[in-house]
Amino acid sequence: MSPQNTPIIDTENDLELTERIIAPDGRRMPNPQLDRHVQDIDFDALRDLHRDMVVLRRIDAEGIALQRQGQLGLWAPCNGQEAAQIGTGRALEARDFVFPSYRETGVMYSRGAKPADYVRMWRGEEGAAYDPAELRIAPLQIIIGAQTLHAVGYAMGIRFDEADEVAVTYFGDGATSQGDVNEAMVFAASYGAPVVFVCQNNHWAISEPVGLQSQFPLAGRAPGFGIPSMRVDGNDVLACVAAMRWALDHARSGKGPAYLELVTYRMGPHTTADDPKRYRSDEELEQWRRRDPISRLEAHLRAAGELTDEHLASVQAQADEMAREMRAACLGMITRPAMAVFDRVYAEPHSGLERERDEYAAYLATFEEA
Amino acid sequence: MTQMTLGKALNAGLRQAMQDDDKVVLMGEDIGTLGGVFRITDGLLDEFGAKRVIDTPLAESGIVGTAVGLAFRGYRPVIEIQFDGFIYPAFDQIVSQVAKLHYRTQGRVKMPITIRVPWAGGIGAAEHHSESPEAYFVHTAGLRVIAVSDPQDAYRCLRQAIASDDPVLFFEPKRLYHHKGEVDLEAPLADAPPMGLARVVRAGTDATIITYGAMVRTALDAAAAAEDEGISLEVIDLRSLSPVDYETVSASVRRTGRVVVAHEASREAGVGAEIIASITEFCFEYLEAAPVRVTGHDIPYPPAKLEKFHLPDLDRILDAVDRVMDRPNSLSAAKEAQQ
Ligand SMILES: Cc1ncc(C[n+]2csc(CCOP(=O)(O)OP(=O)(O)O)c2C)c(N)n1
Repeated sequence: MSPQNTPIIDTENDLELTERIIAPDGRRMPNPQLDRHVQDIDFDALRDLHRDMVVLRRIDAEGIALQRQGQLGLWAPCNGQEAAQIGTGRALEARDFVFPSYRETGVMYSRGAKPADYVRMWRGEEGAAYDPAELRIAPLQIIIGAQTLHAVGYAMGIRFDEADEVAVTYFGDGATSQGDVNEAMVFAASYGAPVVFVCQNNHWAISEPVGLQSQFPLAGRAPGFGIPSMRVDGNDVLACVAAMRWALDHARSGKGPAYLELVTYRMGPHTTADDPKRYRSDEELEQWRRRDPISRLEAHLRAAGELTDEHLASVQAQADEMAREMRAACLGMITRPAMAVFDRVYAEPHSGLERERDEYAAYLATFEEA
Repeated sequence: MTQMTLGKALNAGLRQAMQDDDKVVLMGEDIGTLGGVFRITDGLLDEFGAKRVIDTPLAESGIVGTAVGLAFRGYRPVIEIQFDGFIYPAFDQIVSQVAKLHYRTQGRVKMPITIRVPWAGGIGAAEHHSESPEAYFVHTAGLRVIAVSDPQDAYRCLRQAIASDDPVLFFEPKRLYHHKGEVDLEAPLADAPPMGLARVVRAGTDATIITYGAMVRTALDAAAAAEDEGISLEVIDLRSLSPVDYETVSASVRRTGRVVVAHEASREAGVGAEIIASITEFCFEYLEAAPVRVTGHDIPYPPAKLEKFHLPDLDRILDAVDRVMDRPNSLSAAKEAQQ
């Protein structure tokens, strides 16, 4: 192989090189790669995607509000990433299984999470916010990149079972530096595992710009592992649906793993504990505001005469209702009794833990007697 | 009953577990065609095929992390970590994922993963091939930690570990891989003692030696030597380091009143420290002398030519016995020399 000039990452110009179907101003562009995957998506379906994104943004705002009001310990906003999460999430089949990071509120939404599911973990009531088997989503993962290996192992199982399913894992641009993510790609390629890697490149890993993780477009790494990849405009929901369908088809048809880099932007702080003013400029934020995924789809729908104020009002009402339910579920949560801290550490009895539990129960009982 | 080595017993245990449950899959480096660097998985690839005996890429975190995903899907992965010193790259997946998923999900997700570790020293191996990392895992809630010491027990415990719905760190003393013993391959597993129980491998009345793994044999040798001097030592093989069977341990300590804990791992915050702290809590009034630890030194595992100075041997155990028996010993000699 002859030596090549490695393209150095250039965020500004790179953005124009991503695959997209709807331009930032709402114009529809032809895309020979992606168009065929979304031919069935009519204006009704587009309005559904729009509604999903609006509701998600409202869920996210409510999460932040609840945290600010002391009801949640932390919240990881996904404002700005609605298209990436709804677009890919809506492309999944019910039987597929997702291994997410902590930021995938929109993927949870697309899989039918209940209002309480969004807050239970962040409030500190339970380690996992929902029943993984019911939503077909593994617990939100805090350890950066660890879940990518779980998805690959699950997909190896799919392959052994000869099942018609795909495992999907979501992770950020910072995660691509982790050993686990790289090991996951090695295993996935070696075993032809039906897994889709979804990297949401939101440009920042807390305060670290993507250029610190990689001097090369992230999607460009996957082919080095033998995994086909696509770099997609992550703020174009239609492109996200299309690319995810491509990736899922690829994995489902026995061709092995696929990789998507969704180029998007985290508009808010990393979490409610973060202060992005310290590390990024207003200009950058403004530049990305013009690429907002929701306004983009609205512009597209409006230009086609497919968006009425009446419809917008009904969507907003639905979003507000979701926020109300989320708030009610959060405030209504009842913390389990003290002894529950010992529950389910093990599947089978463990004499050491039982002794400790008994000691603590006896200690607590002394308060009841008093 | 069949005479076989501990290594062959483990091989038989794996085979039986795979026959019993087709969700059991083996994963590890070189475990297929080669049968593992210690040949513990010998012949299993031919018998069960590549979907169940999986030669993995060379990535420990990858091995454990993908096993987590397989467990999510209902598989029961049995992992071979090639050597004790190579488990550290997988540490995060073991302690943050494998150990915690059951708790985090309120028991909805089970992690019946067995992590086999050819373990500890005494075979003159290269650097990173003789480590005793068990304390790291004992310290982690959600894991069970087992250390076997003879072929019969290895055969049964391994099957129990694989059948358990909890994750198990399964330490195999490589020093004993070629050690032979009687193994009953036919006896129903239900009749075997549960893997969480300790066992008294030699009864005695003067002092109790508590140990596990390859050190059980050293302790038995020490007990035999002590008998010549008229001292009767009880030897307990812990078998399980999490949980520790304090019923058996305490019963013995109450009988003898004197305790020596012996292990190869370093001393500081080791398993021995935990056991002695617990014994002191549970049976303080029965103790007639301060319990004593005999352990590896608090040093990196030394080069092979020096390992004999690191590993507790029969004489160091007997010296500790002299201390708890209040007989002349290295400590009293040192004191005398000072005066
Ligand atoms: C192994 C590990 N190291 C560090 C952290 C602390 N941490 C939490 S989120 C984060 C940044 C992650 O960035 P990225 O992968 O791009 O995902 P994003 O949060 O932007 O979605 C860091 C460093 C962690 N959770 N896990």
